[in-house]
Amino acid sequence: MNWVVELVLRVVAVLAFLVLTVLFLIWLERKVLGRIQMRMGPMRTAPYGVLQPVADALKLMTKEGLRPQGADTWVYHLGPVVAVLPALLVWVTIPFTGSLVVQDMRLGAFYIVAVSGVSVVGMVMAGWSSNNKYALLGAARSAAQMISYELPLVLALLGVVMLAQSLSLGDIVAQQSPWPYLLLQPLGFALFLVAGLAELARNPFDIYHADTEIVGGPFVEYSGIRWALFFMAEYVNLFAICALASLLFLGGWKGPLLPPILWFLVKTYAFVFFIIWLRAALPRLRIDQLMTLAWRYLVPLAFANILLNAFYLYFELPAWTLSLASLALLGVAVVPLYRHWSGRAVVKARLADRVGMSKAESQA
Amino acid sequence: MIGRLDTVDMMVNMGPQHPSTHGVFRMVLTVDGERIVAAEPVIGYLHRGVEKLCENLTYRQIVPLFDRMDYLADYNNELGLALALEKLMGIQPPRRAEFIRVILCELTRITSHMMFYGSFGSDAGVTTPFIYAFRQREEVQQVLESVSGVRMMPNYIRVGGLREDVPADFSERLSKLLPKLRQGIEECDDLLTRNEIMLARSAGLAAISGKEAIAYGLSGPNLRASGVAEDIRRTQPYSIYPELEFDVPLGQNGDIWDRYCIRLEEMRQSVKIVEQCLEKMPDGPTMAEMPKALRPPPGEVYVCAENPRGDFGVYLVSQGGDKPYRLKVRAPSFCNLMVLERLLKGCYVADCVLVLGSLDIVLGEVDR
Repeated sequence: MNWVVELVLRVVAVLAFLVLTVLFLIWLERKVLGRIQMRMGPMRTAPYGVLQPVADALKLMTKEGLRPQGADTWVYHLGPVVAVLPALLVWVTIPFTGSLVVQDMRLGAFYIVAVSGVSVVGMVMAGWSSNNKYALLGAARSAAQMISYELPLVLALLGVVMLAQSLSLGDIVAQQSPWPYLLLQPLGFALFLVAGLAELARNPFDIYHADTEIVGGPFVEYSGIRWALFFMAEYVNLFAICALASLLFLGGWKGPLLPPILWFLVKTYAFVFFIIWLRAALPRLRIDQLMTLAWRYLVPLAFANILLNAFYLYFELPAWTLSLASLALLGVAVVPLYRHWSGRAVVKARLADRVGMSKAESQA
Repeated sequence: MIGRLDTVDMMVNMGPQHPSTHGVFRMVLTVDGERIVAAEPVIGYLHRGVEKLCENLTYRQIVPLFDRMDYLADYNNELGLALALEKLMGIQPPRRAEFIRVILCELTRITSHMMFYGSFGSDAGVTTPFIYAFRQREEVQQVLESVSGVRMMPNYIRVGGLREDVPADFSERLSKLLPKLRQGIEECDDLLTRNEIMLARSAGLAAISGKEAIAYGLSGPNLRASGVAEDIRRTQPYSIYPELEFDVPLGQNGDIWDRYCIRLEEMRQSVKIVEQCLEKMPDGPTMAEMPKALRPPPGEVYVCAENPRGDFGVYLVSQGGDKPYRLKVRAPSFCNLMVLERLLKGCYVADCVLVLGSLDIVLGEVDR
């Protein structure tokens, strides 16, 4: 009986933590974005606008939940639930510290991958059932994007699992001493980050939101609490990917001086900040460019990464060889990618910008 | 054995209420997946019948209506009307007025292009350039405000000169503003121009050759982006433009990226023009000797001027009264919009907003 109570308490604690985190993330995003754009961000609700997300949440909860005519009622109502549940379920096995975890599973990494894969179904349900063409385009995009990027994401994660010889996140962190896997797996880290960004649909991959084209994608018809659920799912996912990045590649809660939980939060929020920063800095890719990136570059690279790890493990090579090889492969990958995107354009820029701007003959 | 799946093209309606159609503009896209098969622009949601209204107003009452056409280039519109009437009536505005007119028009060009720059960034999916552009724009806007007292619809450039002289600290404020503005333009340039994703999205896309651009009646930056050296300020000079030194930037490929670069470069050139004008600006009156009522002699006149969006033409027919018999406006936005259908074909849905943004239309002028 005791363990049931304890489990319930743990679940409630994590849920409470996640809700608070979502509120904080919304505030943080608006503040950081504001500062980067020379604005103050929210300032009116409480000092520094800290209560702004609370006000937003209250507003959303009191709003009328509209359902468009011709929408598929059941699917429409189920969509947000299917999207938000996996986002929350993932947290069952994400450890904050060695002991602060709902349930460390032996198959933790596998569980996370399996559960988070479901959320795309929620998106597609939402987009399909809304009876709206923008939503449909958004749903098609989200399916394409999330399924394509799940592959490199999982394969990058697999590299770490190979090194740690375990699928348990607790073990993976424990294995990262003295050096975090970032040093052993720079390529894997880069792959995880890019694929994670795409999985989250954050800039520059916010293709199925695309406010300026399909005005919010699958969620365009949702309002009130249902929309808030999608919103919450996104931020919980954001935090989950950042937490995973810090656990898998930066040694999670490990670090000198500070208490473990603080180390975990510091590392995770570093990623959060990075992602917000990207949102302020980068335009959006197009869907075909996104797919090219995934299938032509990320997936082969992820396989190469696994091969590297396999060689390293099989021949029991010294650790630095893996670091070097991984770094070299990353370099080899980035250069042609850069060419692919901007090689011709860069040459053109050099020609046309300033120097080539020719002076029209004055006929006066 | 599974044969080819039968697919149906989907119609997607964009606008007139859509966050990125730059006004109440509507596009009916036929899409095959993400590809645009056909695009049909629908206009008229902002039609107010300005040209017809003008026929029932005296010449001085027309000026505010011209402000409301291309509301991002109000001074330029006013200048177009003033030029037409001055040509018909044979009036020579005082030199000081001419200089101030050019300064105001070039400043408006900068604010207009800043607006383009900001919304272009938003169209591409990044919001930061918009804020940066608007900081610059605001500084210019404040100077313009100090001149006419309002931020939009100034009703300041009149037939025969200006409503009144500029405030005493005008030159001082302006000379303080210009270096800042120059720096701000470079800042904007650094922020977006050579961004890899920006290039991937815009370079080589929706390109149009110079020949085709002429055939479609493009003008202004959109035409020059295709490499055609056609700038009314140079080819059919008006006001004091022949005395001023400035380059006409030309693009090479006529793609989205070129259209964007041209406008950035034009802002630099506009700053240069304003600097020269400040240097050479003489003292004196700002209004010519004018009759009480404007009664141009019977006849017709066509004048064009270089607006931020292109060739702004005013065709005026007078029958000798105090009202025009017919006033026709060649609105550059309207003419530039004609090419949209051709540019959009074969693009992705994601591109359509960017293509539209790169043409830089103002709906007030398209519909009039």
